[in-house]
Amino acid sequence: MIELDNLTVSYQRHPAVHHVSGRFAAATATAIFGPNGAGKSTLLKTIMGALKPDSGQVAFKGISRRDLAYLPQQSEIDRSLPVSVIDLVSSGHWRQSGLFGQVGRGQDEASWNALVAVGLEDFATRPISALSSGQFQRVLFARILVQDARLIMLDEPFNAVDARTTQDLLQLVARWQQEGRTVIAVLHDIAQVRSHFPQTLLMAREVIAWGDTASVLTEERLRQASETAAHWLARAPLCQVDGEGV
Amino acid sequence: MSWLQDMLISPFADFAFMRRALVGCLALALGSAPVGLFLVMRRMSLMGDAMSHAVLPGAAVAYLLAGLSLPAMSLGGFVAGVLVAVLAGLATRYTEVKEDASFAAFYLLSLSLGVLLVSKSGSNVDLMHLLFGSVLAVDNAALLLVAGVATFTLLVLAVIYRPLLLESLDPVFMRAIGARGGIWHMLFLLLVVLNLVAGFQALGTLMSVGLMMLPAIASRLWAASVGGMLLTSFAISALSGVGGLLLSYHYELPSGPAIILLAGLVYLLSLLFAPQGGLLPRLVRARHFTN
Repeated sequence: MIELDNLTVSYQRHPAVHHVSGRFAAATATAIFGPNGAGKSTLLKTIMGALKPDSGQVAFKGISRRDLAYLPQQSEIDRSLPVSVIDLVSSGHWRQSGLFGQVGRGQDEASWNALVAVGLEDFATRPISALSSGQFQRVLFARILVQDARLIMLDEPFNAVDARTTQDLLQLVARWQQEGRTVIAVLHDIAQVRSHFPQTLLMAREVIAWGDTASVLTEERLRQASETAAHWLARAPLCQVDGEGV
Repeated sequence: MSWLQDMLISPFADFAFMRRALVGCLALALGSAPVGLFLVMRRMSLMGDAMSHAVLPGAAVAYLLAGLSLPAMSLGGFVAGVLVAVLAGLATRYTEVKEDASFAAFYLLSLSLGVLLVSKSGSNVDLMHLLFGSVLAVDNAALLLVAGVATFTLLVLAVIYRPLLLESLDPVFMRAIGARGGIWHMLFLLLVVLNLVAGFQALGTLMSVGLMMLPAIASRLWAASVGGMLLTSFAISALSGVGGLLLSYHYELPSGPAIILLAGLVYLLSLLFAPQGGLLPRLVRARHFTN
């Protein structure tokens, strides 16, 4: 599926993701867990292709780079534009419709079903500016449903979302796993990870542990993660792992 | 009835130059209204102004080389405008500088170069003509240019409408699905420059920005959908064009400013009365629904 090979991604030469290797298990949900500044969002953006790695690489095996849905931590959607909820959801059909292709009846139905699945069918024709941020997050999940992607990456999807909405959206994550899709999500709620994500990558710039959630999220390793992330020197020595500094 | 005819119809029926000006204005409106609307939606409302200054050195070089020739000056202006757009685009893409800052820097460079060239060339009258144009002096060549640009603009917009709109709405999504937002953006900037250059002869570079932006900004206050905004902004453009020409005919006003001032007046009235966020409708407290 997705393999990381000795991946390093830096901001002004300070690595946010540091020599990370491993693979995301296919057809299951992996949580990325770790303290602030651990490189979790950076890792997702690098997989998505928005950031260039300093060294190492991301390999897509048996899946196209375009077969990917990504929900950023803060969406940059301009909600002042006069676009209706159903239109925004329908933009998820891009891969089929492309430049010219008509959004056909089957696709309209898929958009509608996606809105029903997130409980917002009554809002279909409202402008996106009329939604609360929790409702808007549901709409973005509806678009992911429409995208029908095999790899789904979510960056802190439940921030500022109420308990009921979180539960509903976690149901969707469970459904995606049953459908054989691969889900990778950055999360901060350890209970959510334990209950809904079979796999966990615990990171603090480096991989602390990666595997079955139960074996990864131990007291010892969580402490190790928070200690690792706390170290950040303005004038750190050059990294010698790949022998670059020699 | 005959009074109305004298006011509205006869100027166009009696004079060929007025008919030409009318066709020119309507064609300009057709191309620049949708371009302006996309500029507004992409929060680039001031970009049109920047680009209108950026075309100056190209037109000036053409004037120095070929004299007061519309095709040469249009071509020169187009080349300079596209050069500024491309350089600013590259600076945005490959450095940490944001897009608005890049455009500001490159258009100022271009403008100062233009002023230098124009002052070396001697005549200030020609500069005035360049900046402010004269729609009543539109000849066949200018008319063909305007019509050609309007046609090209509408065709290109029809092709890139979906990705351009989606990229204005949600650039991160476009990147995630690998839909190369940058290409549509550059194509769109090309249309901006083309439409400014098309307005050269008729309105001048400064005034053609007015016909591009004012109706587009006003349309947001009337319509609640992108399609509705497109129609509204074209309607306001066309109305301002026709009205401005008639004002200029009856009261002997310069046509360019008359057209743009009329568009500005529509904008001011929209601010007060338009239903989608105008001032007065917001003061009216309509009764709310149960949920």
